[in-house]
Amino acid sequence: MFKLVEDRSKKGLDLCVTVANAIMDEIAVNDKVVYLEADLGGASKSTLVEKKYPDNFIQCGISEANMVGVACGMSSEGFVPFIHTFGPFATRRVFDQVYLSGGYAHNTINIYGSDPGFTVGPNGGTHTTWEDVALMRTIPGAVVCDTCDEVQTAWVVKEFAKSEGVHYFRCNRKPVRNVYEKGSTFEMGKGNVIHKGSDVLVITAGQIVSDALDAAEELEKQGISVEVIDMFCIKPLDVELILSEVKGKKAVVTFENHSITGGLGSAVSEVLMENGVSVPFKRHGINELFGQVGTPDFLQKEFKLTASDLEETIKSLL
Amino acid sequence: MEKNTLNQLEILAAKIRYDVLDMLQHRGYGHLGGSLSLVELMSVLYGKQMKYDAKNPKWEGRDRVVLSKGHAGPVWYSALAECGFFDKEWLYTLNDGGTKLPSHPDRTKTPGVDMTTGSLGQGTSTASGIATALKKKGSDNYVYLIVGDGELNEGQCWEAFQYLAHYKLNNCIVIIDDNKRQLDGYTKDIMNPFSISKKMEAFGFYTQTVKGNDMEAIDDAINKAKEVKDSAVCIVLDTIKGQGVPYFEQMFSNHSVKFNNDEINTQTNQAKEQLLEFINKGGSTNV
Repeated sequence: MFKLVEDRSKKGLDLCVTVANAIMDEIAVNDKVVYLEADLGGASKSTLVEKKYPDNFIQCGISEANMVGVACGMSSEGFVPFIHTFGPFATRRVFDQVYLSGGYAHNTINIYGSDPGFTVGPNGGTHTTWEDVALMRTIPGAVVCDTCDEVQTAWVVKEFAKSEGVHYFRCNRKPVRNVYEKGSTFEMGKGNVIHKGSDVLVITAGQIVSDALDAAEELEKQGISVEVIDMFCIKPLDVELILSEVKGKKAVVTFENHSITGGLGSAVSEVLMENGVSVPFKRHGINELFGQVGTPDFLQKEFKLTASDLEETIKSLL
Repeated sequence: MEKNTLNQLEILAAKIRYDVLDMLQHRGYGHLGGSLSLVELMSVLYGKQMKYDAKNPKWEGRDRVVLSKGHAGPVWYSALAECGFFDKEWLYTLNDGGTKLPSHPDRTKTPGVDMTTGSLGQGTSTASGIATALKKKGSDNYVYLIVGDGELNEGQCWEAFQYLAHYKLNNCIVIIDDNKRQLDGYTKDIMNPFSISKKMEAFGFYTQTVKGNDMEAIDDAINKAKEVKDSAVCIVLDTIKGQGVPYFEQMFSNHSVKFNNDEINTQTNQAKEQLLEFINKGGSTNV
């Protein structure tokens, strides 16, 4: 059960600290949990794990492919590996390793791809990933999450530690606005209706969930009733929820900090088409663009991922 | 090595070599050259060096094998079958739909296979992970990581080697099958490896080079590697692609062989007959 925060302007901890803390909680109850790092410990605060549980931390140096393989090898011996690197290096760079040494070989690997999309900020275009979800979705059995805040991120990490398989989650390293009250729990494969509405259905995930809520509230003032689903678990996708909530809506918009090719928008459109749902529909996301450098705020505006950009898209469908 | 032990290893090697030829001939095609170059190594590993329980292949106290050059699956399957991991009849199912013996090893399908391999380079890292895990568990078991010389073209191997060397994972015995050839030709022509042993030494490995068909030398090298306490260890096997069958040793392109003409089949049958004769005589001591 989840509960939304009253004040959405407040931010939580650095999300990378949240991740490290959640991993340490899991290590405390299962000493087979390990955290592997590719020389980004200072950036990801995996050094917190290294300090408290040196035996459960493995520095792999700047060699992500090897890190994935080491994690998978450890999994075959009963360990529960988490790995961290920036989103593009955690997916695009090591896709064959994750696919084969992980998925195909039935090994477990829990992957934290940090700073997805516009949240990359000054690291710029080379470090931008708008294709990670698309890639990871294609791995049979993989679980793919785009988490929106501190509470949800910690829950996902702990949930991942409990089951076998290829598990991927993406989120900022820095603090993001809170969406959920502490103590909220979720269900893997189930989306959350976090704002009721009757005209338009917005399905979103990741830290722009907060922006989608802003947009819904703004449009409400203008007489447009928007329902928002936080689809933090993009795979397995909550097909049932999409089909039930689309009923009676005048339009559907997916809103993602990701390419519209292969991500949440693609996944939802597949569900709508395969179930014969005919409704005005728009995938709001990145279309045929590479990333670039700038502050996250600048990039969010530049790539049209703000609340007001979403509002425009919604209005264009009505 | 005692003469009797060596004789037993020679017989096991002959059986493994026979099985490789027989299963690939039965299938009509397959990765022959790089399988044959590992026959003697497999005999030493499964006939003498390794701890395993064929009836309990997941036994925690076993030594692990990662065949990173996964295309040599047939030689591993032959060794596993000869050592009782599964029925020898399985060898004839190689690459059949639904088989437990796919072209490239799959840990979910074959008893005795500790890691899935086939995408070259990846086994070096997964073996490194297994070695790390064994150390963390306080296990004194070994991982035998078998890498192809052509496979060394893959950058991931060198990532894994620097990891093994950095952490001095002496429980991972890296064995490089230096058979001098890869799919498209000689390694020196395709992508010159220069000196593999010097490279491994430069990476921080205690490195030995032995003749890959000399089972006493292989055995000695493994014993010596096990004595090393403060660094990663590597054995470069100086082998011949197609090893042990002159006809195939001399065949220019023997990476994957089709048994589709009389000459190949006649030569294969002759080699099999000689191996059977050797086995039936009880090895070289009785010749």
